[in-house]
Amino acid sequence: MAWFRSSKSRNNTKKELWVKCKKCNSHVFVDEWNKNLKVCPKCNYHEKITACERIQQLFDRNTFKELFSNIVPVDSLNFQDIKGSYRDNIKATKEKTGISEAVVTGTGKLNNKQVVIAVMDFRFMGGSLGSATGERILKAANYAFENNLPYIIFSASGGARMQEGTLSLMQMAKTCAGISRLIKNNIPYISVLTDPTSGGVSASFAMMGDINISEPGALIAFAGRRVIEQTIREKLPDNFQTAEYLCDHGFIDSIVNRKDMKDYLSNVLSYYNQ
Amino acid sequence: MDKEKSIIEIKGKIKELKDLNTGNTEVLDTEIVEYEKKLRDLMQSLYYNLSPWEIVKLSRHPQRPIMQDYLTMIFKNFIELHGDRYYGDDKALIGGFAEIGDYKIMLIGHNKGKNTDENLERNFGMVKPEGYRKALRLMKLAEKFNVPVITFIDTPGAFPGVEAEERGQAEAIAKNITEMISIEVPIISVVIGEGGSGGALGIGVGDRILMLSNSIYSVISPEGCASILWRDSKYAPNAAEALNLTADSLYKLNVIDEIIREPGEGAHAHYQLAANALKKSIIKNIRTLKQLTSEELIQSRFEKYSGIGKFSVTD
Repeated sequence: MAWFRSSKSRNNTKKELWVKCKKCNSHVFVDEWNKNLKVCPKCNYHEKITACERIQQLFDRNTFKELFSNIVPVDSLNFQDIKGSYRDNIKATKEKTGISEAVVTGTGKLNNKQVVIAVMDFRFMGGSLGSATGERILKAANYAFENNLPYIIFSASGGARMQEGTLSLMQMAKTCAGISRLIKNNIPYISVLTDPTSGGVSASFAMMGDINISEPGALIAFAGRRVIEQTIREKLPDNFQTAEYLCDHGFIDSIVNRKDMKDYLSNVLSYYNQ
Repeated sequence: MDKEKSIIEIKGKIKELKDLNTGNTEVLDTEIVEYEKKLRDLMQSLYYNLSPWEIVKLSRHPQRPIMQDYLTMIFKNFIELHGDRYYGDDKALIGGFAEIGDYKIMLIGHNKGKNTDENLERNFGMVKPEGYRKALRLMKLAEKFNVPVITFIDTPGAFPGVEAEERGQAEAIAKNITEMISIEVPIISVVIGEGGSGGALGIGVGDRILMLSNSIYSVISPEGCASILWRDSKYAPNAAEALNLTADSLYKLNVIDEIIREPGEGAHAHYQLAANALKKSIIKNIRTLKQLTSEELIQSRFEKYSGIGKFSVTD
């Protein structure tokens, strides 16, 4: 069966050379795709990116310093579902993604402007909001407050982390407590809702930005599409719960292309306390 | 509930046997004694040691007292206030000034119904953005008038529908949660039935979180959780167990501050006793919180929510 194996390996090579756009199905060279920040050059589809990639795209060279990475999740409820324990799930996810929580927090320079940032990573259990996620986001908000620095959060999340029960629900209040203090003290907070931002994350800190922005086509929702379809028993419009839909309905300020994100953020922040 | 049905069955059997046993037959006597023991055990397990899934079912019991019941049993002179001033008046959430004991307060709560007509009118206690915005307006009013806020939580969740998304369900809940952190008057939240996720938390951030002993507070319904993590909603009892959604579990996890014990088989069978216990606890908590300044209240509320969660810190 040597011929079979070789054809398989040829497929692998093809996979590495080309990326197939999930939206328009065009094939794009990997190098071109990456150089274009994982945005389709043909249809402007914005692929999900990791927290690490996001940080590289945004920060001035060698200015980013990670903070609070020592706060890590624990299986405090001994949660066990059909696929196994939450404990094992955390371990496997850490190994697979190389990160220890669904958010990376830190500080760095954006076009020479010092900011505090929290970037969520959808690969870590669907970017779900658990106790350690909430703690990092709150700690970063407190750091912004103490150092009088603008706070930026990039959300990417399916919502609260079920495996931590009601403790995860309460992280909505915990993160909002941090945001509330920034509001009271006139510290800017920009929320960037990336694909997807829904459930407990959209219904807490993600919607509370002084400025809320998003990337083209991002899914932004409170309730899931299927839940709503079951409730109303009819098909929903195609653009329902997209960034464009939310912009039309007045909940986000602007839709910003990934290549313009860094300049947009630093430009907006230049209006603060000049 | 299944256990309630078997109790009725056994009670019937005992009565039947007693009717038959006019001649004091020994065989029947032992059988009666056996059934009576079975009945005692069942009653015992019905009142105490309930499984989380049994508590879920009790929290949704059709006869369980709802907001409107407590409104008449605990509070006086309710002045209902309608509307969010932006869009409309959501009947799934009601609010207004009221008196409890010697205190004047602002009362806000999810408004379930007792029958189909009421539930249709009140959308089963599932609130839309205008409901959350009405709640926030009333909390701001309470702040201005310097009266404590009492919220009653009893909802399957915030309404999942097109119009709710269109009008910003996520924003409305997020705003309430954020604003409630810094409302300058005491806030006491009581879960009286179902504490359904973000829909509950949207009026549930406060200085004291109380729960009736047969109520639940959960990040997702057990059915929803089971259908995602067990791939079948019939595993809801397993999910209910895993989610730690009962008052006892949440007290141990420091999510809530106080459990109000329901009498006997539950609030649905003892309206007035449950209401009395609830009233006593609310008044006690108002008295304590009234002694704090608004700065102290906000600071301790911030610390309370900063401290919720379980994680570990590595070197």
